[in-house]
Amino acid sequence: MEKMQQVVGRARAAFNSGRCRSLEFRLQQLKALERMVQEKEKEILAAIKADLHKCGHNAYSHELLGVLGELALAMDKLPSWAAPQPVKKNLLTMRDEAYICPEPLGVVLIIGAWNYPFVLVMQPLIGAIAAGNAVVVKPSEISENTARLVADLLPQYLDRELYPVVTGGVPETTELLTQRFDHILYTGNSAVGKIVMAAAAKHLTPVTLELGGKSPCYIDKDCDLAVACRRITWGKYMNCGQTCIAPDYILCDPSIQSKVVENIKAALQEFYGEDVKSSPDYERIINKRHFKRIVGLLEGQKIAHGGQTDEASCFIAPTILTDVSPESKVMEEEIFGPVLPILTVKSVDEAIEFINRREKPLALYVFSNNKKLIKRVISQTSSGGVTGNDVIMHFFLSTLPFGGVGNSGMGAYHGKHSFETFSHRRACLIKDLKMEGTNKLRYPPSSQKKVDWAKFFLLKRFNKGRMGLAILALLGIVAAVVIKVSFT
Amino acid sequence: NPYAELVARLRAAWLSGKTRPMEYRVAQLEALGRFLDEKKQEILEATALDMGKPRFEAEFSEIILCKNELHETLNNLSHWMKDEHVYKNTATRLDSAFIRKDPYGVVLIIAPWNYPIHLFLVPLIGAIAAGNCVIVKPSEMTKNSEKLVAEVLPNYLDKDCFAVVTASVQETTRLLENKFDYIFYTGIPSVGRIIMTAAAKHLTPVTLELGGKNPCYVSDTCDVQNVAQRVAWGRFFNAGQTCIAPDYILCSVEMQEKLVVALSKVVNDFYGSNPRESPDFGRIVGDKQFQRLYALLCSGQVAIGGETDEAERYIAPTVLVDVLPSDPVMQEEIFGPILPIVTVANMDEAIDFINSRERPLVVYAFSSNSKVVNQVLERTSSGGFCGNDTLMHVTLTSLPFGGIGSSGLGKYHGKFTFDTFSHHRGCLHRNMGMEVFNALRYPPYTQQKLGMVRAASEVKRKGTCTLL
Repeated sequence: MEKMQQVVGRARAAFNSGRCRSLEFRLQQLKALERMVQEKEKEILAAIKADLHKCGHNAYSHELLGVLGELALAMDKLPSWAAPQPVKKNLLTMRDEAYICPEPLGVVLIIGAWNYPFVLVMQPLIGAIAAGNAVVVKPSEISENTARLVADLLPQYLDRELYPVVTGGVPETTELLTQRFDHILYTGNSAVGKIVMAAAAKHLTPVTLELGGKSPCYIDKDCDLAVACRRITWGKYMNCGQTCIAPDYILCDPSIQSKVVENIKAALQEFYGEDVKSSPDYERIINKRHFKRIVGLLEGQKIAHGGQTDEASCFIAPTILTDVSPESKVMEEEIFGPVLPILTVKSVDEAIEFINRREKPLALYVFSNNKKLIKRVISQTSSGGVTGNDVIMHFFLSTLPFGGVGNSGMGAYHGKHSFETFSHRRACLIKDLKMEGTNKLRYPPSSQKKVDWAKFFLLKRFNKGRMGLAILALLGIVAAVVIKVSFT
Repeated sequence: NPYAELVARLRAAWLSGKTRPMEYRVAQLEALGRFLDEKKQEILEATALDMGKPRFEAEFSEIILCKNELHETLNNLSHWMKDEHVYKNTATRLDSAFIRKDPYGVVLIIAPWNYPIHLFLVPLIGAIAAGNCVIVKPSEMTKNSEKLVAEVLPNYLDKDCFAVVTASVQETTRLLENKFDYIFYTGIPSVGRIIMTAAAKHLTPVTLELGGKNPCYVSDTCDVQNVAQRVAWGRFFNAGQTCIAPDYILCSVEMQEKLVVALSKVVNDFYGSNPRESPDFGRIVGDKQFQRLYALLCSGQVAIGGETDEAERYIAPTVLVDVLPSDPVMQEEIFGPILPIVTVANMDEAIDFINSRERPLVVYAFSSNSKVVNQVLERTSSGGFCGNDTLMHVTLTSLPFGGIGSSGLGKYHGKFTFDTFSHHRGCLHRNMGMEVFNALRYPPYTQQKLGMVRAASEVKRKGTCTLL
């Protein structure tokens, strides 16, 4: 296992060589990634299955489809994303070139998570490569099959020096974090997020932290419960509940609690059949530690459905808890498992208050036929993202920035937002060395006249846009001449 | 914690939702405009007392540029606050998808001493525009300005939601123990690290506007007189105490000679034969800073200036020649009216010199050959870039202002300030109907379902014709 310093040093030297600056190079690497996903589809699905007991169809649609989509988008849009953007100028800079130039940051570190082990490493990687950076990839050691596969495959398809893969656990990651990076994107939990940010602070490295929290799901009395519950069931129990944006708990009126339970039970039956354990579409908990943690949350709770477990296979049945108390253990931490607590609230105001008393979550869900109510919940709460009348789906629209706020994280990515996260937007103003006339009004010795001219040129008293560029240009020239005459 | 109560009070005000409506934010911003208008004299006097800031400079940076930002914000606030609707894919075609600009909550702005009003006011404008509650901590170095802000500003703003805190270094450390929802700091890299480390404990996002040594490359093909004027203006403005001042010059030996002649004339044009008597030249802010700068004067040779007066904290506009990279003046950001010239053989050497050092807040390049300017731009990295002038890129509110690497992270000015202090929340508002389309994603999974999901959500490369 090579020293981290050498790996990062080599990536930095490779970045400094300038070869990943050209768009052709970046497109070539992205195309190679696309080939990798297409050619090694079987191997990738097998690794994910070994790690999470996830069936091929599920793994394909949750992980590979998204990756292929991001690759196609990045390859299509890269020329327009990377182009300098001209900006609006003022009177003083009218004859100049003013634009924002997107540039690579340098060497980027991506730390992946174990729950969607392939896409959570690949999606940031795509954005980082598109933005022209060198990237050190550190997949999660907990999803060990996928980690090993990524470490095997990337060097076969990508530039080995620019995009190294580093494997290992906590000690290796800690050592890696002592190195200097130009951006770190970390997906995981808040506790480690703090450690990553503190390490980044030593080098003034900007970070994107994709963390988690308890994503609340409010079900209004006025809604189609069958549809709502089916959608919630899909989002809650996919990947055995191990999804950062899974609806963590439900808030609803006591009068509909039992109907909610019935509808979820019906949906579970539809999805997984009578014997969930033998359904090929239901996953397992990643390891014994998490299995024990989740089972511990069931203690003392009213189990309305499910509750069966099998430690040997890390199986926990889809479980629903009712009349849960806000102070119970299951309401203290992000569940990250197939356990769905239902808490009763008497009104949407109570729900909003409940949500606002807690840490800002990564996602917020609200189900209602009443559009105004949905709008109100969104306006009076804060969260990373929102889906109304469904769950999870905002993740799949790459034009929406995906990220947290407060304890659920900082920064965002997906689609163009990835490119922007991994770029530096450099402000550029290119002036003429001639036309010194107008500059005279800013040089000492000063005078009230000069101050008044400065105000004319700079102050935005009114919306000059309405004046028309031609008139402004004329004014500018007249002013320049007058100043040259009066100050020489 | 001495500040816990204040932070809790602001947080309660925040949770009440008071700062959210546009009318409220506009009212607070207009009050800031009145502060700038009504207290203009006091601001000019305070900054003159604190560091001998020339009236023209103070009016330009502390009043005019601030009003610019204020008007830009007021003109555009309703547009900036609107939900940004985004392009949808096939699966979400019938839904409403938008980015909502949410305030963060309670924001902390820590300002430095060199532009004591501007550097808290411009971030404050954006923070208020974005709907946050704000605590402002002005610099304790500029006592008169600090007093003005602490005593007068709160009378213009809603005291429930906005507060000014005066604090020493130790007190600021205690302030930082509290949880904020955003921290905006302008200052130096070493303190930037401390701020970010404190922020990490609460997972608080930060913007750090720091500094570095801004290189200024002057090519052999240029109008030396114009270059000298623009560089001298940028260097000696505020007696050199500007984060984006050209820190040092890189040029050929021949150009060095010509520049010294031109700069000598320019200094005389600007400040007269004895700059100490010019009302247009400032002073160093404090004794410690004066001592630090005095020690840098022993680098290279003094070609222009070099006179000092400790009692007045006066350092003459100074140009040093034949400076070596190992000299004291090249080891730290100068932040004073001293301009070292380091000679290089050619543009390539200049670019290598720049790239072997920490990335600065701005890179300057002067040449009448636009190819040269573009080469320097393309082959270096910095927060911002200005060709053939100094400082001016920050007067354009449509350009983002910020650093990279040790010169900072994040950006602001104009809309970028509003965006800095907003959480961009991705929102998808779906239809309760159309459930039949969702059936594709539900278990039990089949190959057929997968094929249809793929078709509905795939992003195809343009130009790949499926018929062929």
